[in-house]
Amino acid sequence: MTLAYTPSNLDEALQILADHPDTVLVAGCTDLMVVDYAMGRRHDAVLDLLAVPELHGIAVSDDAISIGATTKFREILNHAEVQKNYPMLAEVAGTVGGWQIQNRATIGGNIANASPAGDSLPVLLALGAQVEVRGAAGPRIIPYEAMHLGYRRVDLRPGELITRVRIQKPAANTVQMYKKVGTRAAQAISKVVVGLCATIVDDSVAEIRIGAGSVAATPVRLDRTEARVRGARLEPSLADEAGRIASTEVAPIDDVRSTAEYRSFVLGRVVRRMLLNMISGETGPNSTAGSGS
Amino acid sequence: MTQPPRPREVGQSRPRIDGRDKVTGAARYVDDLNVPGMWHGATVRSPHPAARIDSIDFSRARQADPEVAAITAADLPGPNVVKLIAEDWPILAAEEVHHVGEAVAIVVAPTRERARAAADRVDVTYTEVPGALTLDDALRGDPRVGGQVNVLASSNIDWGDVDQGLADADHIVEGEYETGWQEHIYIEPQGMIAIPQDDGSVEIVGSMQCPYYVQHALAHALSLEPDMVRVRHVATGGGFGGKEDFPDMLGAHAALLARKIKRPVKIVYDRHEDIVATTKRHPSRVRIRTGVAADGRLLAQDIEVVLDGGAYITLSPVVLSRAVIHAAGPYACPNVRIQGRVLATNTVPNGAFRGFGAPQSQFAAERQMDRIGRRLGIDPYTIRERNAYRVGDTTPTGQVLKESVSAIECLQEAETRTRFRERWQQFENARANAPDDGRPVRGLGLSLVWHGSGFTGNGEQRMNSPVTIRLNEAGAVEVRVAATEFGQGTTMVLQQMVADAVGVTAADIVVVNPDTVEVPDSGPTVASRTVMVVGGILVRAGKGLADQLMQFAKSDAASPIDCGPETNELELKAGQLLDESGAVLGSFSDIAAAYVASYGTLDITERFEAMPGIEFDEETYRGAAYSAYGWACDIIELEVDPDTLAVSLTDATLVYDVGKAIHPAMCRGQVEGGTLQALGYGFMEEIKLKDGAYMNDRLATYIIPTIRDTPDMDTVLIENPTPSGAFGAKGVGEIPMDGGAPAVLSAIENATGIVAAGIPATPERLFSDRMAGRVVSNDRAGSAKPAEGGPA
Repeated sequence: MTLAYTPSNLDEALQILADHPDTVLVAGCTDLMVVDYAMGRRHDAVLDLLAVPELHGIAVSDDAISIGATTKFREILNHAEVQKNYPMLAEVAGTVGGWQIQNRATIGGNIANASPAGDSLPVLLALGAQVEVRGAAGPRIIPYEAMHLGYRRVDLRPGELITRVRIQKPAANTVQMYKKVGTRAAQAISKVVVGLCATIVDDSVAEIRIGAGSVAATPVRLDRTEARVRGARLEPSLADEAGRIASTEVAPIDDVRSTAEYRSFVLGRVVRRMLLNMISGETGPNSTAGSGS
Repeated sequence: MTQPPRPREVGQSRPRIDGRDKVTGAARYVDDLNVPGMWHGATVRSPHPAARIDSIDFSRARQADPEVAAITAADLPGPNVVKLIAEDWPILAAEEVHHVGEAVAIVVAPTRERARAAADRVDVTYTEVPGALTLDDALRGDPRVGGQVNVLASSNIDWGDVDQGLADADHIVEGEYETGWQEHIYIEPQGMIAIPQDDGSVEIVGSMQCPYYVQHALAHALSLEPDMVRVRHVATGGGFGGKEDFPDMLGAHAALLARKIKRPVKIVYDRHEDIVATTKRHPSRVRIRTGVAADGRLLAQDIEVVLDGGAYITLSPVVLSRAVIHAAGPYACPNVRIQGRVLATNTVPNGAFRGFGAPQSQFAAERQMDRIGRRLGIDPYTIRERNAYRVGDTTPTGQVLKESVSAIECLQEAETRTRFRERWQQFENARANAPDDGRPVRGLGLSLVWHGSGFTGNGEQRMNSPVTIRLNEAGAVEVRVAATEFGQGTTMVLQQMVADAVGVTAADIVVVNPDTVEVPDSGPTVASRTVMVVGGILVRAGKGLADQLMQFAKSDAASPIDCGPETNELELKAGQLLDESGAVLGSFSDIAAAYVASYGTLDITERFEAMPGIEFDEETYRGAAYSAYGWACDIIELEVDPDTLAVSLTDATLVYDVGKAIHPAMCRGQVEGGTLQALGYGFMEEIKLKDGAYMNDRLATYIIPTIRDTPDMDTVLIENPTPSGAFGAKGVGEIPMDGGAPAVLSAIENATGIVAAGIPATPERLFSDRMAGRVVSNDRAGSAKPAEGGPA
């Protein structure tokens, strides 16, 4: 028998969590139920975050966007402000699983589930997102690159839950690129996923963040690649070099979906292609979009 | 009074009889059925590929749920064997386990959940032993655990003088080709219900292709007379061969539990268990050495076929036989040697799967033709056109192809529709000069295949299958055969063929649901034999029924028809009795009703009759391996992402000689659905092993194509009839599985220069092929070279 809590507001949810710290937080359940069935796993108690109104919805301000943890990917995908100023986020929302999954799955769930193959996580890295969490001790703000501590481990303390994801509005001269290399054209899990966000000033890369998924135990920033590109002049030789660095700065593994050598290769090729597309100006949405639904 | 004859039923694409029920959900599959008092079974499976069973302890399971009952090998009432060709496949592992997922015990409980929980609480201790975990191990000579012989089956063909042919050749071309497992992914997993009867008999209800196989296997396992095992087919969601062999196993498990607890027992696998435990397509390694004349004519082929049989023999000898007979492809060659073996490994036994060995051996044959073409500078179309069988050619079994040979016609039609040669050459040129702009590169590939219809060799003569057509009490015509409907349209085509044979409309025909107490053993629903072979026997029976009724109408005192003494030739057509002028004399239904009133029901039973001159020697592999062959040309057009090597299929041109399309829409459905399954096999569907276990054992990891991965299909049905099939029809169920994979690899080669030797050609495999230098040898630069940004 599983006990299900359906709190009517955030304070109530935090109180339940404080009183029953072993309660499993659930939202869309799109991953949880698959794993539960596969492992024959049962939970003593779950807390339904979809019941908490404060956790849901997208708030837009002049300089940022704030996405509630239980906002579904379909809602993100369809949101005008996301499409306008955060196109990479809209794009990734449309490649998570299939339509049915996008209608159920939440961004907070994607973060907390912390799969190395989670599609939205490299995009949040590239966009420099911040995660707002809250517990009995009050709120905390965690920069996204500090969120993932290890394989399927996030920086959430007992009694804390993810409330919102905040993303600063990118500058006007920022390009955003996203590429998912999946196992087929739709309904696919990533073999490599890359999000890139760069600011171009006078044909040079003033700032760049590259997030990559499925190439390590957690989603990672490509620090060495970024360091080489940051401040450099955009030219084909830079793209080639960035690709080479990217393919060697990660140590992916062989698993059921792909091989380490292919992942390294493809990561380098994708990063290189993104930089080449920046040079050629093909930076709009879908310029590097591959597999999606 | 004359009226225009209604169109014949054969050749019409009427809506499927079972379509509405299946689309609306009204159809009842085995898991929809509940029998009063029914319990549920679950299976305890080995986690090891090779181990001795030290002990099996049910105490934890019984403690948690005292109602649970269980069976191990020690409790069996009869021989511990699922009887197929050999008697080596245990119902439950006794002393050793030979593959991961092998059944060690079965448990039963009031609910499925409790049964599965109980299975999880059965404690089995094992001592692991070495085994042959992979085909490489087996090729090295490692025996499967238990010291069993390593070769499960072998077959050889020797035609002409291969050594002389190779010596005479201007070129010797050698290639080695590899194919992996394929899982059927029928939409409905395996499921069975066993219902014990008071008289000691048992009724089996379930998802299956071959009710009489299940009956025979269970009679053997339970030590019962066959008629004490009643097997009833219910709506079945797909088979593809996977419900030819395995239902014998699952039926035995359900029946054993049901007889033990004296209650009905249902076992239905979920998808994961179905993938883990049930048979797959045999992986293969094929080596070919071909001697070729300067003009591209084949002079000699020396072919070695090795199949991975898994842990038990199941149907491997017949799979190998078909693989070997098809291994030289649809090409004339005066000297051919084919040596085939099936080796044992400690993996799930591989069994029946659409194509039955021919997709593996023809994958190799087709890739070898591309390789020969490249060596000689001849395009894929021309090298095939030069060598393809014509009427009068002789196959490696010494069979002279006398009729219905359409290889050239299929090739030419496909060329006309695609301008293959011209565009293939364009893509070849483009590859050498491809700009690195990230845009996909395009390629075209081609394959030409043949596929023997029906059982190999004398299989049909040996089975001597009976079919029955009955005029029933209501004056309707019943078709009584064991051919099952599992989505492919059996019911519909049987109705159409018998309607025309008798001379009534399809609506006048009732196809009786296969049930061993109701229908004779007309043979299994396999080998693309239902339309061609079972249909052919039914047509004779149908004509016999019509003749008898016309005789009755003409001369019996009870006849409702006054024909007049001068009438000689009567004809039944679309339910009307016509005289030789075409005038309607009466209706079939009136005549049938009068017949039944006077004489009762009428059964016409006919058996298989071989075509004259069709003989095969199974010892020497000489003679007519099949009475007819289907022919097909597949052309695939695709794009490859130069950064990721991801393949996306854009167009498929499918030209198939089917002899006669009984129901053209469903026939195209077979071609298109089968092709998609073949394409998935070629570039997507993969099972990797880790420590003897499948890694890809769920639909999240065993990747099959979705509609987004499916190319546009231009399908052409050629009707070059054979006298050995009903209405000229040849089997169409399996041939679409043969050509897709080699055509995809041929197109990938045209696009990228990568010569992938094995399937599935996943991006990972293409990458490693390229890194290993498996590229078109005259590619100087471009995509054959490891690209910038890669780790090399």
